[in-house]
Parts: sequence; structure tokens; C-alpha cells
Amino acid sequence: MLTARWASLLVAVALLVTGRARAETVVKIGAALSMTGPAAAYGAQQKAGILAAVEQINRSGALKGMKLEAVVEDDGSTKEQGIAVFQRFINKDKVVAIIGPTLSNTAYATNPLAQAAGVPVVAVSNTAPKGITDIGDYIWRVSLTEGQVIPGALRRLQARLGFKKAGVLYGNDDAFTQAGYNVMKAALEAQGIQTLGTQTFAKPDRDYNAQLTALLGQKPDILVVSALAENAAGIVTQARQLGWQGPVFGGNGFNSPALIKNAGPAAEGVYVGTAWNKVSTDPVNQAYLAAMTARGVDPDQFATQAYVGVMVIAEAIQLSGNKGGRDDIRNGFLKVKELPTPLGRFSFLENRDGSHEPAVQVVKDGKFQIMQ
Amino acid sequence: MQQAVNGLFLGSIYALFALGYTLVFGVLDILNLAHAAVFMLASFVALFLVGRAGMHILLAFPLAVLCAGLVGVVLERVAFRPLRARADSNISGLISSIAMATIFEALALWIWGPNVSRFPFGTIPERQFQLFGAVISRLQLTIIAVAVAIFLLLTWLVTRTRLGREVRAVAESPRASRILGVHVDRVIAWSFFISSALGGAAGVLFGLAFNAIQPDMGRGVELKGLAVIILGGMGSMPGAVLAGFLLGLTEVLVVAYLGASWRDAISFAGLFLILVLRPRGLFGAAALREA
Repeated sequence: MLTARWASLLVAVALLVTGRARAETVVKIGAALSMTGPAAAYGAQQKAGILAAVEQINRSGALKGMKLEAVVEDDGSTKEQGIAVFQRFINKDKVVAIIGPTLSNTAYATNPLAQAAGVPVVAVSNTAPKGITDIGDYIWRVSLTEGQVIPGALRRLQARLGFKKAGVLYGNDDAFTQAGYNVMKAALEAQGIQTLGTQTFAKPDRDYNAQLTALLGQKPDILVVSALAENAAGIVTQARQLGWQGPVFGGNGFNSPALIKNAGPAAEGVYVGTAWNKVSTDPVNQAYLAAMTARGVDPDQFATQAYVGVMVIAEAIQLSGNKGGRDDIRNGFLKVKELPTPLGRFSFLENRDGSHEPAVQVVKDGKFQIMQ
Repeated sequence: MQQAVNGLFLGSIYALFALGYTLVFGVLDILNLAHAAVFMLASFVALFLVGRAGMHILLAFPLAVLCAGLVGVVLERVAFRPLRARADSNISGLISSIAMATIFEALALWIWGPNVSRFPFGTIPERQFQLFGAVISRLQLTIIAVAVAIFLLLTWLVTRTRLGREVRAVAESPRASRILGVHVDRVIAWSFFISSALGGAAGVLFGLAFNAIQPDMGRGVELKGLAVIILGGMGSMPGAVLAGFLLGLTEVLVVAYLGASWRDAISFAGLFLILVLRPRGLFGAAALREA
């Protein structure tokens, strides 16, 4: 009888111990990504980056007693769908943080909702300088703004290529491409490059021949374009068809392998400032590349920024004493400094924007190559 | 000069598309608003034939156009014929065609997804030619040439063949034609076949020209097509062609000299002006009161 009592006591203790070990809190992160629409080129990569990061972090056990879970929804590259997704995340799924949305244009509409509800948002691909983190203290950003990347990239490119006259083309119906244009205009002026002509287009447009003919007729040395990947591919293709052999400098919208895939040989000679130096020998970057290759993904800048978005959330949880609530994460962000990531040493600035060293890349032989 | 080439190129696609619209309108007094959906479907069919089945574009093009024509016949049988006996057949046919357009778009969305699809590289091999100081690519030349060939073919069909005569007869008066022994239902089916084939041809050429094929690609051209047939005169084929080229040129020049944001504004403002000043369009017949 003594044995039986001991046995049952042992079993009870065993159950208690294993039960506690299995009782992990699930930390839900919502990801609003453009899987369809004009920004669809970026969404799939972002999703891959996020899922990879979630798996890595869960496997490493860095968050004791907590498991990350990513809920990915399509924001359709539109404000309306983005708002619906955010509302679902905030009210139905009750996520502790949201990554995204893909487009700055969508973020202008969706982020105020999160700010009002006290849900931290990590922007991983919004690069419009104004109107993202200024929405409020729950909005944080990993992606470098056009203002942080373009001027430096243009300066390095001018030192390398020595152009003096530019033709400018930009999309005037999207917050990101418009903001990108403003940065480009200021940078061109600051560097004494003469803008011979400026033309515009809208996202649904497919025919850019008229605009390009007008710009190329003035004989520029370089074409400066602010566009999303879909339009960028068409613009570059048609520019080459019209006989333009010179360089094209693009904004962040060009930073996608979708450009190369869709424009093919026409994409050769396109220069873009990028947040991610893919060939960096930094061990964190190399480990990241290996992990992504093992998952069968060839990552681009967007995948990497999304990956770092999850990393930053995990870091914030740890910094606030392993607590995974909405305010804990926000308070944790305040403390993120020099975090080793595939993008480099990452810190948040006082205005909640991200900060790390950018690079310049060029499309050569059908691939993006870092310009040394 | 380059801009003229650009305008000619864009205009030929608009003209082809509008021709299909005006053919059905001339014959049936009905606006077939599923025309833009057929435009889109033909492009996808051509894409499928070239991309998946590995067919050469020279073969895929006529096949896709044929498919488009067949879809047109189905469209007529399903959406228009059952309603022809009704007194309000103009409006009900219109609404019925909108329904068919929605169905076609949903079908394309289901089969090919919402993202942009592209022809594989080298479908029409890249080559540039110089023409009076303008650069024109082989692709653009091909499209303009095909469009002109189709116009000539159509003109011959309408003026020299028996079918063409019958179509013109039905356009003037279905009742009189029936009395004179014309098989009206069959003529109408043929009209739809030709009209949709034209729209389909425009679709394939558009897809080749801009290499961005998606289920809602018909939307952009739909309204422009309407503008073109109103400008040219509803029911007038030479009017549709001329107006198509005119619109293409206008759009290109507006974009180059005023800015892209003005393009649609100017095009539709021009249309509005025409409607006010000369409602029957460039070549349209003045409204007759029928006895």
C-alpha cells in the first residue's frame, strides 16, 4: 500500500513537471503582407523571411516558455483590405504585434488603427520618410527610408559614373513612389545634377513610351526612376526598346528579383540603393543565408528585412524580462541597440526609425551584385 | 516623330478593339460590354499556348483569335439571343453582357490568379529599326502590320463577300432582311464571331506589346473603346479605325507635353466636346426617323 501511494505520488509529480514544461504561452504576431496586387512581388519573400525567423527563434529556445506564431494575411496592396486585415489582427486574433503592411501607401491608413489600439507595428518595407513612424509611439520601423538610402547611393554612383544630366520618371499615385521622388529630387539638386525633364505615370499604366520618349529626347546621362517593381519592369523594358543603353537609377521599389525576372536582359545596368548587403561576410549574415538556402529560399532585401522584423520583436520580448504583452514589446523596442542581424548592427533611432549601413547594387549578368 | 510612332502603335490596338465594339453595335444596336473580357481571355489563351504548350506565336495568335470568336458566339447564344424578343432588348442585353464579363473575369482569376503573367522572353525576338529618326521595335512593327492587315481583311469581308452584304443588310433592317431570305440569326452569330475575334486580336497584341496580362486588363481599354466608337460614330467601321488612331496619338502627345495625369482627362474631355458639338461622331449616320 505504501508502494502504491508512493507510485501515485510519483506519477502526480511527473505529470505536474511535464505538464508545466508543455504549458508554453503562444505569442501571436500578425503579418499584413501584399500577396496580391501591384506589390505582390514583395509579399512572398516577406512571408518566407517571417516564417523562417519564427522557426529559428522557436527552435533556439531563446524565448523561455514562449512560442512565436505568425498569422499571415494578404493586404491586397490596397488600403481597404489592409484596414480589414489590421482590424482582424487587433480584435479577433488579438496579436501582440503586427509586421507590415508592405506598402507605405497602405500603412498611412492602417497604422493609426494599431496606434489607437496600442498594438506595436514593425514596418519592414515602408520606406516613405514621413508619415510612418510619426503616426505614434507604437509604430516602429526596420526598413531604412528612401531618405536614408538614396542620397548616399546616388553620391557613390556619381563618383563612379560621373553623370551630370538626369531624366526623372515617377509614379504620382502612390505615397512611396511620390516620397521617393521627393528624396531623389533633393538629392539630385544637392549634388548639382541637372534635371532635364520630369514625367509621371500611375500604377495601372502599362504604356510608358510617351513619357520615356519625351525624357530620352533631351539626351540625359542617366534615368532616375521611382516606381514599384511591376511598373519598373515595364519602364526598363520599354526604355531599352526605345534605344536607351545608359544607366537607370531606381528607388527601393526596384529592389526585387521580380524586376530581373520580368524585365530580363533589359534590367542590365539598373542601379539601386539597398538596405541589405547580400555578400557581406559578417557571420550573422552568412548564417542567415545558409538557413534560408536550407529552406529552399533565395532571399532578397524584403525577405531579410521581414526576418529582422521578427528578430527585433523577439529581442524586445527578451529585453523586457521575457514578457510578451503589447506594451512589453513596445517598451522593449526602446532598448534595442546594436543587435547583430543579417542587415548589420541594428538599432532603433529616437524617432523609432531603423538604422544600419546601406549599400549600392547593380544588375549585372542577370543578378543583383553589390557595387564595391 | 518617335511620339508619332508611339501614338500609331497604341492607336492600332485601340482601333482593333473598337472595331469589334462597333460591328456588334451597328448590327444589333446593342453594346456588348463583355467585349473587354473577351479581349482579356484571348490574351491569356495566347499566353497559355505560347508559354505552356510551347507554340510559336505565329500559330498561337490565330488560334487565340479563333477562340475569342467562338467565345463571342457562345456569348451571343447565352447572353443576347434569349433576350432578343423582349421590348427592352437593348438594355437587358447590355446588362446580360455585364454579367458575362464578370463571369469571364472570375474564370480568368480562378485559372490564372490575380498576379501579372508574362509572355516568355523571345516570343517576338527583339530587334530595333530606325525610321526617320524614330526607333521602332520589331514588336511594334509587327503589331501595327497585323492591325493594318486585319483592317484590310475586314474591309474586304464586309464589302466584297456575301456574308458582308448580309451583315450590312441586317444592320439596316433585320425585318426586311428576314423577308428577303437572309438567315438573320446566323448572320448575327457571325457578327459576334467576327467582333469578338477582333477584340481577341486586340487583346493578344496588347498582351504582347506591354507584357502585363492580368484578369482585369480589360478595364483600362473598355472605356477607351467606348470613347473611340462614339468619336468615330457608332456603327461606322472606318470611323472606329480613324478614331482609334486619333485617340492613341492624342494620348501620347498629351502625356509627352502636358503630363500623364492629364491623359485621361483630356481624352474624355475631348469625347465630351464631340458629343456636344457633333453627337453622331466623325462618320456616324445622322439619326433617321424610321417609318
